[in-house]
Formats: sequence, structure tokens, C-alpha cells
Amino acid sequence: MHTGVVAPLDRADIDTDQIIPKQFLKSVDRDGYGDFLFHDWRKEEGGSTNPEFVLNKEPYRGASILLAGRNFGCGSSREHAAWALRDFGFRAILAPSFADIFRENADQNGLAALSLEEDVVRELLARAYSEAPLSLTVDLEERTIADSDALLASFEIDDFRQMCLLEGLDRIGLTLRQAEAISSFEQQRWPNRSEVPPKSF
Amino acid sequence: MIGDQPSTLLDKIWNSHLVHADPGAPDLLYVDLHLLHEVTSAQAFEGLRVAGRTVRRPDLCMATVDHNIPTTDRSLPVLDSLARRQMEVLRENAQGHGIRLFDVDDERQGIVHVIGPELGLTRPGMVIVCGDSHTSTHGAFGALSFGIGTSEVEHVLATQCIPQRRPKAMEIRLEGDRPPGISAKDLILAVIGEIGVSGAVGHVVEYTGPVVGSLSMEERMTICNMSIEAGARAGMISPDPTTFEYLRDREFGPNSEEFVNLKMEWESLKTDDGATFDRSIMMDVSDLEPQVTWGTNPGMVTEISGSVPDPCRIKDEKARDSAERALEYMGLQPGTPMESINVDRVFVGSCTNGRLEDLREVARVLDGRRVHTDVHAMVVPGSTAVRRQAESEGLDRIFREAGFEWREAGCSMCIGMNPDTLSAGERCASTTNRNFEGRQGRGGRTHLVSPATAAATAVAGRLADPRSC
Repeated sequence: MHTGVVAPLDRADIDTDQIIPKQFLKSVDRDGYGDFLFHDWRKEEGGSTNPEFVLNKEPYRGASILLAGRNFGCGSSREHAAWALRDFGFRAILAPSFADIFRENADQNGLAALSLEEDVVRELLARAYSEAPLSLTVDLEERTIADSDALLASFEIDDFRQMCLLEGLDRIGLTLRQAEAISSFEQQRWPNRSEVPPKSF
Repeated sequence: MIGDQPSTLLDKIWNSHLVHADPGAPDLLYVDLHLLHEVTSAQAFEGLRVAGRTVRRPDLCMATVDHNIPTTDRSLPVLDSLARRQMEVLRENAQGHGIRLFDVDDERQGIVHVIGPELGLTRPGMVIVCGDSHTSTHGAFGALSFGIGTSEVEHVLATQCIPQRRPKAMEIRLEGDRPPGISAKDLILAVIGEIGVSGAVGHVVEYTGPVVGSLSMEERMTICNMSIEAGARAGMISPDPTTFEYLRDREFGPNSEEFVNLKMEWESLKTDDGATFDRSIMMDVSDLEPQVTWGTNPGMVTEISGSVPDPCRIKDEKARDSAERALEYMGLQPGTPMESINVDRVFVGSCTNGRLEDLREVARVLDGRRVHTDVHAMVVPGSTAVRRQAESEGLDRIFREAGFEWREAGCSMCIGMNPDTLSAGERCASTTNRNFEGRQGRGGRTHLVSPATAAATAVAGRLADPRSC
């Protein structure tokens, strides 16, 4: 269960180039990307802060839930997008839909990318803009969104994703439990190890 | 057929790579080929090291440097210390784990999605992954090929498997006769314009129909490459004699003896009659014109003879907002004829359109003409092999004489991680795949076009129809 301030970003098709531009992909680390989140929207050309952008305004600087338009995270496969959102302090992204690779990257980093009905997102956006700060509670176990007064919406998430997000499972560890199945697949495929394709590899 | 059930190409490849399935959990698929590059792999190798894990099958990995290498003189040091460090780290990781690397000085270096097919590493029926969304390119060979994030790169390094939910299967059938002068890029831009940038989310697209069957392998790669721009998990085209011919005599391809057996296997890689797709759409391409984008995503596209659309006429409120924002960013007024829009730059290259046929097409349009005096134009070949072949055909001479710069191979201005970028306000006709805000440089304005349209535009100094050149 997570309760936090909601930052509204009412745009559709927010691509990963907006979430984190390419000049910040040159690091060899998994963290330290928070300052670069939505860089070209948050910073003016000369590097000064754009006071109009939502995350530069109070009370959104400390927001932990992002509310956005459909197809969030489209574009490149850069996991840096999920790392930047997480490093900024976001714990959940609520949107009508997500790009496939982005959602997987979010899952891998314990960032809950949750799809809500388009109408629900529209209502929440209206509230987030008019009665800031809107604070919401995301309950992953119960699959619900609530404010301090009432239950507002429920969302669908498959059991496996829910379990991974709740328990922060080591996904590689899970696959390695199938080491025997992997080996037997390989043996069936290449009965003679010397035949392993592709040639010369 | 799987058993006696008619099946899709997707199902056939999926089922033949299924290592393990647990009810409720994603399927575990075996990966035949894992492509690596400098930008999305360092953290994955570091993750392995921290967890005390190793690379399970270095022999099924291939690495190259493409995203941030300079495209200027390769004998000079890389000035960007961060980019240089990323390349050094890839070198260390490849060497430390016994992974083959086609480094900056290797004749086989190039954009990962150009060299995979070129070297014969990409084959029909494979499962191929890479930490890059344009991995969908390899689907042109009838492979299931998709982009993954860095955590998944680590997963595949450690296990040679990838957990995946089975995507839905979508058919995009291209009917009619492709008009002369209409390229594969025009076809795929029109498709994305039709279904939108999220039109294929959750689906693997199989392109079918007579138009697709008549395309060359390089054209098919252009189509599959941009599947991701419609949100698709992957794009694929069933292998046929055109595919088999391409695969002969490639450095890492099958030898002639293996080829005979493999060809029989590959011939079964098609969607059976009677198999059903979760979704099918059909497009008649007979009246298609060259396509050009006007906005900030690849779905914001129109015909070269068309005009900048008026957002007021867009009914959907969200789409209208996006169009208004896009026109503001692009510095365009509704109703402006596309062919009256002047450009500052022209870029030819990328994993979408940086192959030999693309370069030949540019040279054909250019032949004897000069780049407009207000335009800075460059050609960046998709691979060093493409560069060599183009030079042996004299294409570089045509480019240079026309006033194009002729560069070394890499991703270059498609992503702008190296010094090849647009300045704020600069307008570029580009043969790449993304026209997102800032994609080619902060404030840069990108119009996605085909190679022929890029060449015609370079000459005219404004967006131009290559058919009237």
C-alpha cells in the first residue's frame, strides 16, 4: 500500500525520449537519473528551471504518483526511463495504457505501472489540477485506488505481476530454478554440443 | 500446423522455443541470438557480477558499438569521455565473458540491426532479443525478435531465456499494387498513420499480402523495423525464396550443406490457412503517395502533396491537444503545404534506412544534382560493410559531388548520442524512425521521410516529391 501526492501530466503518448533524453544514457550506473527526468520539460534551454512544469511546482516536487495520458512510455527500450522515474521518487504511474517494454522495465524496478479506465484517469486528472495536492492511496494487494474519503477505482493486474511488485522477487533467480529444463531444451536442440549454431560462435 | 491445428507463424516460433510454462506465470522462452551494444548492457553485466552469476551462452551473444561512436575519422580518439567509457566497458565485458565483439576498427562493425542480417546471424524461426526497441527489424526474416530493457538483458545473459507473456497476433495485410516511386518507408509510415502509435500495443504484427511478398529483404527490414512505432511487440514476415536467397553465402550463415536442410525447416514457417489472428487489418496501397511526418510522433504523417493538418478538425480531444502541441514544437501553421516547408538539414542513415538499397536510391535521385546551398546534408551508412560496398559502386562519389557528407557507420543523428545532432530550431528531413521532441537534438524538428524523398528534399531545400525530380 502506498499513499502519496499525485502529479498530473495530461499528455498522451509520452515517449521515453521525453522521460529521459539520450544525453543521459551514457552512464554505466543504474541510479542517479532523477535530476534528468523529463529534462527538456523541466529545464529551460540555458539550464534554468522551467517554473511552469508540474514537477517544478509545489506541492508536486515531492509527488510519488504520476498520472498521465494513454500509451505512456512509448518509444525506446531504455530502462533509464524507469530508473529516472524511480530515482525522482515515483512509486506508481497511473495511465489508461502503457507501452509494452516500458511496463516491463517498470515492473523490473518495483515501479507500479497501473492501467486505469480512461474515464477514471480523466476524473482524477481534473481533481489533481483543481484540488492540489491530491493525495491517493494505491493498494496493490486489494487492487484499488482511494483517497482519504472513499474508494475511487479498482484496477486489473495479473497475479504474477502483482506478486513480483509486492515481493520484489529476483526474476533471474526464478528462471534459474528451471536450470534443468533449460539444459534439457539445449540438449534436445543440439544433441551434439559441437554442432551448436550459429557457425563459429 | 501444430498437431492438427492451423497455427500462426508467431505460435510456431513461440511453441518451438518454450522451455517452461507455469500456469499464471509468463512462459519461459529460449533465446537463439542475443545482440548487445554499448548503451544498454553495462548495468546488466554489473548486475551479473554483483550477483555472482555468469553468462550462460556467450557463443549465442554478439556485441558491437553503434549508438554513441563518432561517424568522423575513426583514427582519432573519442572526445566524449562518457561515451568512450561506455565503449571501454563493453570491450571489458565482452572480453571478460568471451563474447564476440565487432569493435570500432572491425570491418564488420555497424548498427546492430544492420549487421545481424548482413552477417547471416539473423535466421528464420529464431528468437532474437536486444536491448534496443528496433530489434523488431530482424522479424523480416520470419524470426520473433523484440527489444528488451537492461534488467532483461541481464536475465538473458544469465539464463539464455526470457520470461514473456504470449502477445496477441495481428495481421496487417497490404493489398493492391504498389505504385512506382513508393518505398517501403512510405508503406510503413502510412500503416502507422492509419493505426496510430499505440495501434499495435500488446501484439506481434505479421505483415502479409502480395505487396509484402514482392519486397526485397532490405525493404522488409524497413517495414519490420518501424513496427515498434505502432507500439507492436514485434513485426514479422514469413520467409520465402527472397529470404532464402538473401541468406546464402553470409559469413556466419549456414554452409551450403546445412542450407538444404534448413531451407526445408524454414519453408514451414508460415501462418497456416485457417489459422486465426486476434486482429486483422487490410490496407490497399494502390493510391499511396510518398509520406512525410508533420508532428512529433510517427503517426502524425501525411502525403507529400498534402498540408499541415488543422488541429481544430480533429474530433478526439487528446489527439487534438497532441497535434496543437506538436505544431507549436515544429513551428508549423495549419494548412501549410508540406512541399513549401524549407529544411536546414537532411540525414540519410539508421537501422531503418541505412542499407545499400537505401543509399542506391538516394544516389539515383541525386545523380548530377547539387544539394541546395541552404542545406547541410549527410549520409551515414548503416554498417562498415555497407560503406565499403557503396564505395565500390561509386555511390560515395555521387554523394560527395552533390554536396553530402559521407560518414563512417553508426546510429548517428537517429538518436544523437554522438556529436551528430540538430541545433534548436533546425529542421531536418530524416530517413530515421522517430520524430519525437528533441530526438535528434533539443529543439530540433524532424520530418521522417524515405531515402528518395530525403534526396529530393536535399536538392530542393524544401520537402519535395522524389517522383517529380
